[in-house]
Amino acid sequence: MRPPLPSLQLAERVCTGERRAIARMLSRAEAGSDEAREALDLIYRRAGNAHVVGITGVPGSGKSTLVAKLAAAVLKSGRKIGIIAVDPSSPFSGGSILGDRIRMGEVSGDPSVFVRSMATRGALGGLARGTLEAVDILDAAGYDMIFIETVGVGQDEVDVVRAAHTTVVVSAPGLGDDIQAIKAGILEIADVHAVSKGDKPEADKTVSDLKSMLGLGLPAAGLRRAVPVVKICSPREEGIGELLAEIDAHRDYLVSSGEYEPRRQAIRERRMLKAAEHVLHEEFERHREGRMAGLLAALADASISPQTAARQLLAHIGMEVRE
Amino acid sequence: METKTKTDIIRVIIAKVGLDGHDRGVKIVARTLRDAGMEVIYTGLHRTPEEVVDAAVEEDVDVLGISILSGAHMTIFPKILKLLKERDAEDILVVGGGVMPDEEAAALKAMGVKEILLQDSPPDAIVASVRRLVAERGPK
Repeated sequence: MRPPLPSLQLAERVCTGERRAIARMLSRAEAGSDEAREALDLIYRRAGNAHVVGITGVPGSGKSTLVAKLAAAVLKSGRKIGIIAVDPSSPFSGGSILGDRIRMGEVSGDPSVFVRSMATRGALGGLARGTLEAVDILDAAGYDMIFIETVGVGQDEVDVVRAAHTTVVVSAPGLGDDIQAIKAGILEIADVHAVSKGDKPEADKTVSDLKSMLGLGLPAAGLRRAVPVVKICSPREEGIGELLAEIDAHRDYLVSSGEYEPRRQAIRERRMLKAAEHVLHEEFERHREGRMAGLLAALADASISPQTAARQLLAHIGMEVRE
Repeated sequence: METKTKTDIIRVIIAKVGLDGHDRGVKIVARTLRDAGMEVIYTGLHRTPEEVVDAAVEEDVDVLGISILSGAHMTIFPKILKLLKERDAEDILVVGGGVMPDEEAAALKAMGVKEILLQDSPPDAIVASVRRLVAERGPK
């Protein structure tokens, strides 16, 4: 067994597109090891060219199947495509079944495609910790377009919108009425809507519900661009070309409207804050050990409330909460 | 949730290769490893050796588990080992599962398959084998 290669050397190989190096670097980024930080700085400097596209939607809406077909269409256009597919980790064992590759058979093995599965490892919001470092790595390795397929989300797991340049929300027909369509949350974040399972008769109803919802919102929200709704049927490859054209058109729009750089800056800001929060959280977990027994006893006999106990716990570890 | 320190999460890819539609066992193995805190990538049925090896490399797995109930193990495992060598990925630990004669299991281990878990392997033994192999390999 060879000794592990230092991450900085690995990073150089990532930038030449070497597949094993990319794969290993992804693991180190995911693990968040200190040893890899300098290498990730280097990779961050080389990144910034790819179009990052988030694909999100409820579980079973057809995200993986769509991603595979879209990736094939991207390949046909002569571009290299990276795919990061996120699936949930178990809150109990920490383990995970990553099944998104099952539907990627068509494109996997092509040298212009790199598919990586990531487990959330406790992160909420629809992405995995390290997803954006993974985007940087694929970007620096020369992939032109990068898809982030989120976990199947509920209504308010919308982190992807602060990670991607273009967000595609996949809606399956038959899951709700026109009131579902005007609720806050996931439907608001779409730059492009895709309605999957277009061979079902209810798909047209879902398309028209989404269109009328978007029509209600347009003037009030001050949007300058109408959000397109594309009906797709992935197994029949219907609507895939049109959807890719809308995704490409969105990037052109961002550039021509001057919104591209502000959006990228918002992503950078979010990444910095998320990383800082993560460090704080780890520090908190480390310091709270041994401080909790007394507070838990006080909670059990109701001599204090959870809110008060929380403030005392923070005070114990040197964090005063100002009211 | 139990906080795993980062690098100690074992990643395993579980694959079915060739014309073999029997996936009940492989799903039980995947579930067992998940419940032991591992990240398990499942490829689905009817994969080629090339697809499986490419996936194992991209996913940077510790262990490549191949379930074969079709009798083609003496063809498929040598192919997998050869492809891993070609891709400079011989540190990926290959484990086989399924039904086969004992002497063929021994022959595969001599070729470089790290462990063969036959149909009567209890779930705990599968988890223990994977953990032991990864520990013996050391950090990557």
